[in-house]
Amino acid sequence: MKGYKIIVLAKQVPDTRNVGKDAMKADGTVNRAALPAIFNPEDLNALEQALRIKDNFPGTTITLLTMGPGRAAEIIREGLFRGADDGILLTDRAFAGSDTLATSYAIAQTLKKHGNYDIIIAGRQAIDGDTAQVGPQVAEKLGIPQITYAEEIQAIEKGKVTVKRRLERGIEVVKCPMPLVVTVNSSAPDCRARNAKLIMKYKHAKTISEMQEANDDYLHLYSDRPYLTIKEWTVQNIEVDMNELGLTGSPTKVKKVENVVLQSKGAKVITSSDEDMDQLMRELIESHTIG
Amino acid sequence: MNSVFVYIEIEDGQVAEVSMELMTKGRALATELKVKLEAIAIGYKLDGIEKDIFPYGVDVLHIADDKRLAPYSTLPHNAIVVKLFQEEKPQIALMGASSVGRDLGPRVSSALHSGLTADCTSLVIGDHEDKKADKVYENLLYQIRPAFGGNIIATIINPDCRPQMATVREGVMKKEILDPAYKGKINKLDVSKYTTDLDFVVEMIERHMEKSKVNIKGAGIIVAGGYGVGSKENFDLLFELAEVLGGEVGASRAAVDSGYISHDRQIGQTGTTVRPKLYIACGISGQIQHRAGMEESAQIIAINTDPEAPINSIADYVITGDVAEILPKMIKFYKANTK
Repeated sequence: MKGYKIIVLAKQVPDTRNVGKDAMKADGTVNRAALPAIFNPEDLNALEQALRIKDNFPGTTITLLTMGPGRAAEIIREGLFRGADDGILLTDRAFAGSDTLATSYAIAQTLKKHGNYDIIIAGRQAIDGDTAQVGPQVAEKLGIPQITYAEEIQAIEKGKVTVKRRLERGIEVVKCPMPLVVTVNSSAPDCRARNAKLIMKYKHAKTISEMQEANDDYLHLYSDRPYLTIKEWTVQNIEVDMNELGLTGSPTKVKKVENVVLQSKGAKVITSSDEDMDQLMRELIESHTIG
Repeated sequence: MNSVFVYIEIEDGQVAEVSMELMTKGRALATELKVKLEAIAIGYKLDGIEKDIFPYGVDVLHIADDKRLAPYSTLPHNAIVVKLFQEEKPQIALMGASSVGRDLGPRVSSALHSGLTADCTSLVIGDHEDKKADKVYENLLYQIRPAFGGNIIATIINPDCRPQMATVREGVMKKEILDPAYKGKINKLDVSKYTTDLDFVVEMIERHMEKSKVNIKGAGIIVAGGYGVGSKENFDLLFELAEVLGGEVGASRAAVDSGYISHDRQIGQTGTTVRPKLYIACGISGQIQHRAGMEESAQIIAINTDPEAPINSIADYVITGDVAEILPKMIKFYKANTK
């Protein structure tokens, strides 16, 4: 049986769910270094959907594409440990400051260069921005349909993909011809764990930049085992109009960023003692707030 | 002058709540800019829909009515909106931050190469000076939203590209009828000129939609739980207190993400915005995204083990302690002090 060519779009994000007290610098800007960098959670849901297709259709290949700084190669390794076949790290200073539109442009140009895809699967949104825009914008730029809010890719037959969508008030099942972009919700099944054999196989997988910094003892590995080289692409590897990238290519500009400063409105501070609780309930009843 | 546009979301032949709220906001923006407010309604059997749209102060209503346009599907709705915007060149376009608007908005913005800001909590008209380019922009749309896990509030602008696009969650803006007798013009679109067969390649196989069973938006009292509640079982205490007080149970995103409670109870920037008379926040630290959805509550009680929790700064009562100890006491004392 012929498999499918799947691209999973993933992003390394600061873990904004676990923001500690040192997450903000004194000047009010975000201290990214204080936040652990993780595989964006819904992108893991997306990877699982891709892996399930690979389980069902032998011959399927999964390529993980991420755009970000050099250290984002970490999530490509995470993907390889879970069953992805290869990865591309798209990294270039020219991408710095990109909004969702400039990001989508860079990703779409990369996909055009790479070609060879049947299904592009991404998480619905990334937790550092929550915009949910890059998936649909990539689909538009490639001129292919999008299925957002997906919970399950149910079937693939006769060139069409059947997808169950989870919306605010219910579900939809739609059938869409390939190629297409699917974005996956967190309500979809969690991603499987890392596989021990794959960790052994890919633990030395590195980008060119990482190899240059690596211990020489392992360098012979890369000529013997080509699968250990993670593709590292810059603007040189794709065809781009530089005006469409980074800050210049971003229609949205950040005018102002304010640190969130809380000014207490002077709450009554009470304890959980029986007397305080009794007093609180009496006050609420007397003010007709409750009762 | 270029208009303000609102994309009207249609649910079961009715104008969605969020679209009414956006027409209200759109009217205020259009009035301030001294331009027309226009709306685009796409669906099937839309005769008479204008009765639910003009009263919000809509000057022109564009209607695309075709059997194939309902229920919502990305490609045909996108094709119509993109072509109409190319013709009409709105300066501002607003959509609901719903599964429809968040599906459609990015695709439209990509096709038009315009900027889109998701999940705005405030929209304001203002000027911008670009010192580098020595250029002053007047009357831009400030699109204001929390960002980066809620640690910052960002004001986003689109200086050069049009339309300036924004999505807003249901409940964030208030809806208000401008004039029940307000009369606008209807412009019926010839759907065949706006779409091609290629826009209809996605087939709907199945569709089950329900009215939301949970009505946290309309509740007078909300008992909301966060990550600090600790477990699904501990949420039972919140349900018990809510039932005793005649309220509803809400939750922070952290509680929903942890699987303690269902998504339809999520309050905050990426959930529902509520304004109850009493909000009891249990084990909620109070990140700005959560506060954005509840800070207009008339009274707020914060129960938290952390005396420094951000939620305390907007609370009327702060109880430092364990939810599992305090809620049973509240239930007991309420029962003892009423009837």
